[in-house]
Amino acid sequence: MTDALLQVQGLTRYFDVSKPWLNRVIERSEKQFLTATADVSFEIKRGETFALVGESGSGKSTIAKMIVALLEPSAGTIRFDGQTMNFQSSAAMRALRRRFQMIFQDPFASLNPRWHVGDIIAEPIRTFGLLRGAAVMREVGRLLDIVGLSSADAGKFPHEFSGGQRQRIAIARALSSKPEFIVCDEPTSALDVSVQAQILNLMRDLQDEFGLTYLLISHDLSVVRHMSNRIGVLYLGRLVEVADGKKLFTEPQHPYSRMLLDAVPDLALSGRRRAQVQGEIPNPISPPPGCAFHPRCPLAFDRCRAEVPQPTPPPGGEAACFALGRSG
Amino acid sequence: MAEPLLSVRDLVVEFPTRRGTLRAIDRVSFDLKEGEVLGMVGESGAGKSITGAAIIGLIEPPGRIAGGEVRLRGERIDNLPPDRMRRVRGRRIGKVFQDPLTSLNPLYTVARQLTETIRTHLDVNEKEARRRAIALLDRVGIPAAARRIDDYPHHFSGGMRQRVVIALALCAEPELVIADEPTTALDVSVQAQIIDVLKEICAERGAAVMLITHDMGVIAETADRVAVLYAGRLAEIGPVRDVIKEAEHPYTAGLMGSIPTLTQTSDRLVQIPGSMPRLNAIPTGCAFNPRCTKVFDRCRVERPDPIDRGSGRQVACWLYDRAEARHD
Amino acid sequence: MADTDPSQMKPRGRLYRIWDSDVAYSFRTSPVALVAGLVSLIIIFAAVFAPWLAPYNPYDPSQLNLMDGFTPPGELNQISGNVYWLGSDNLVRDVFSTILYGARISLFVGFMAVLFAMVLGITLGLIAGWRGGWVDSLLMRVADVQLSFPAILIALLIFGIARGFIPPAYRETMAIWVLIVAIGLSEWVNYARVVRGATMVEKNKEYIQAARVIGVHPARIMARHILPNVMGPVLVIATIGLALAIIAEATLSFLGVGVPPTQPSLGTLIRIGQQYLFSGEWWILLFPSLTLLALALSVNLLGDWLRDALNPRLR
Repeated sequence: MTDALLQVQGLTRYFDVSKPWLNRVIERSEKQFLTATADVSFEIKRGETFALVGESGSGKSTIAKMIVALLEPSAGTIRFDGQTMNFQSSAAMRALRRRFQMIFQDPFASLNPRWHVGDIIAEPIRTFGLLRGAAVMREVGRLLDIVGLSSADAGKFPHEFSGGQRQRIAIARALSSKPEFIVCDEPTSALDVSVQAQILNLMRDLQDEFGLTYLLISHDLSVVRHMSNRIGVLYLGRLVEVADGKKLFTEPQHPYSRMLLDAVPDLALSGRRRAQVQGEIPNPISPPPGCAFHPRCPLAFDRCRAEVPQPTPPPGGEAACFALGRSG
Repeated sequence: MAEPLLSVRDLVVEFPTRRGTLRAIDRVSFDLKEGEVLGMVGESGAGKSITGAAIIGLIEPPGRIAGGEVRLRGERIDNLPPDRMRRVRGRRIGKVFQDPLTSLNPLYTVARQLTETIRTHLDVNEKEARRRAIALLDRVGIPAAARRIDDYPHHFSGGMRQRVVIALALCAEPELVIADEPTTALDVSVQAQIIDVLKEICAERGAAVMLITHDMGVIAETADRVAVLYAGRLAEIGPVRDVIKEAEHPYTAGLMGSIPTLTQTSDRLVQIPGSMPRLNAIPTGCAFNPRCTKVFDRCRVERPDPIDRGSGRQVACWLYDRAEARHD
Repeated sequence: MADTDPSQMKPRGRLYRIWDSDVAYSFRTSPVALVAGLVSLIIIFAAVFAPWLAPYNPYDPSQLNLMDGFTPPGELNQISGNVYWLGSDNLVRDVFSTILYGARISLFVGFMAVLFAMVLGITLGLIAGWRGGWVDSLLMRVADVQLSFPAILIALLIFGIARGFIPPAYRETMAIWVLIVAIGLSEWVNYARVVRGATMVEKNKEYIQAARVIGVHPARIMARHILPNVMGPVLVIATIGLALAIIAEATLSFLGVGVPPTQPSLGTLIRIGQQYLFSGEWWILLFPSLTLLALALSVNLLGDWLRDALNPRLR
């Protein structure tokens, strides 16, 4: 037995973004594929918070969806607690599904507006048949209490709550099947900062209390720094760097990680000099050859334009960059 | 004494609904000096966008300005008839919105939109207007501006589009630019670029900026002064460094503490309990009193007006009232 | 430590919540909706309780006095001494009573046809929207083809085919059901299209993903999660569809392919009436026509109001 709860190996996902068949025939265009995630490997240890950061088109949400079995990978494997996820067998998946859960970005879309809060939270309990009868609603009341709401709220509808309260309801739902692992997809990016702090603190408390393992998906480096033990940086579907918590912020390796850090506004007014950020993210349908970051990279050289760099393990983390080996 | 460029006095904006009239802005006053960047922050629903809309006369009916006045160089603009307001908008006040797609007409080329705006407001011929438009696009950082000017908005990436919108806002050489969440829809690495462009070009042309955002980091990097709104009221206004480093209003202080930063060391974020009241349930006295840690009796009864704290700083909090100070 | 949100007022009764809802408010404050609602309600009520409200039973030959044919409205019949409020027709039936009984048939056909179209349309729409791909393409192309024919033509076609299959002895009794299926089949496309579109929007929302993460069965997701959230637009179409179905029934009956004259609907009455229009017995045509007009118009207006009331952008 290993202490890795989740192991992801060579995870790849294509999307068919072709026009409809008839249009293709008339316009004589080829089928088009978008590589949302290419050859991503990492593992998450029991009890830790692993974060994936990246901007739009980085594939972070695609990875999250594959891990919770909402999407089938085009290639690669996901092992949960040593068991390889078998997307073909629903019986095998069912046993696994109870053990992981997901918290979504938009608390206004993640709760069914026509359902009572109590039924929303009870859905996993009923689906997995964990409790029956009056015990279900007792458990719902307990969960509401845990996330800082009151058991009387079970009879209300989602629209009667503020954004922060809705996210608490979503967290209560995620906890109701007693999972070990929760994927948090931008859990606070739709919330105001003062509410964000409440939710982040709550997530930490729950992690301590229930020994949860988190995969945190975010574009916000400050949130990631605050929450995570280890961090993976994604760019155009590839993992460019994996680093231990704060180390990414003190010694970023990959040029893209450095650029991302430079882009964060300086709230401390420290007068820190920042390098000008260059360029924009290319269209993921036709990414640049070689290292996808090379058109924006200050360190790019010929090899970067031709070959895709693989992660190399410098001390404290790994980065996929040719320039690092060269200068170091 | 120099007259302020923009002067907002006791602005009240109301939205009648069938359950009573909602006050979205309640007696907000502030000044904007020539060439100054004023940040306007607050959580969603605090009224920051509505303040911007009120200044340029774009409140959606049935909402209306129900009191106070807005003066541009001493001239009242809140009660202008629509056609005269249209001339102020665009010519004297430019605007940049969150979503660049809604500010640009998808059916016209960028060239047409820019030259039309220039020729509507300035007395120049077509050729000169085009020359100016190209120069401006070049200035906001659009590569090969002379060629790309004839493209349609959808040919541009998100960041480039927002640059076009900035050019459009500035092409009639306005004295004031109102930028409402100009970077919220953009990726982190593009955000910084847009903020830099906006700041530099406005400084160059001597245009003042009212920067509306929920992102304190953006304000810290860009603004000279900052106004903090809470539940439609001004909580605190002052030089950005003072407000960020030593917030005086308990709400501002809580807000600053709740933002995770790249340098913070503590494990838990400061959190303000609760959430901002809905507009139909603003408490009597100070709107912040139910969430405030320093609340005392007077806060629950009387609403504090902004109190002068020297060096251009005002705080709407009874803690800073002279009468209260004597009690201590 | 819960967020303190003062807007969470004390819970009130379900009835109060309905009365206080935005839709109910919009109904209370819209004169058109109130009048249309009242007219529809009166007609529906009168139709449902026709056996108790009508002064005569037009289907009972023992109540007919052969001398009373073509009595003008409100006039005393010279021979029998009977007075008919809205006159009597060629078969000596009281026009008022035949209208009540006729509206009963019209409304029954209308409601059943809408129900049939709704169930079919919602089911196919949910499947098309949820599955996507070739299932969606196939169903929607069928819908497109059907939409390129006038609905009434399709109903006629189905009616004709059905008559060929049903033995003559059952034709009279089956006529109404054939009519319902014919009208229903010509109207399902509207429901399917709207439900498909709404389903495609809803299925990408995170609450659906949350249900999929825990492995809820797709059929259950469609029935319990998506269906309640797409019912708004369906109700709008159903209301307007009811008016359309009533008119379609009247048209078919007017053309003589609908319900038989022994069980006259409003359309049948109008067909009978128009034969006597030029011989001066205007009332046989006028009153059934006015009833049909009032019913179709008020139901239609209700549908229009409902569409606006449920559209957040127009509020």
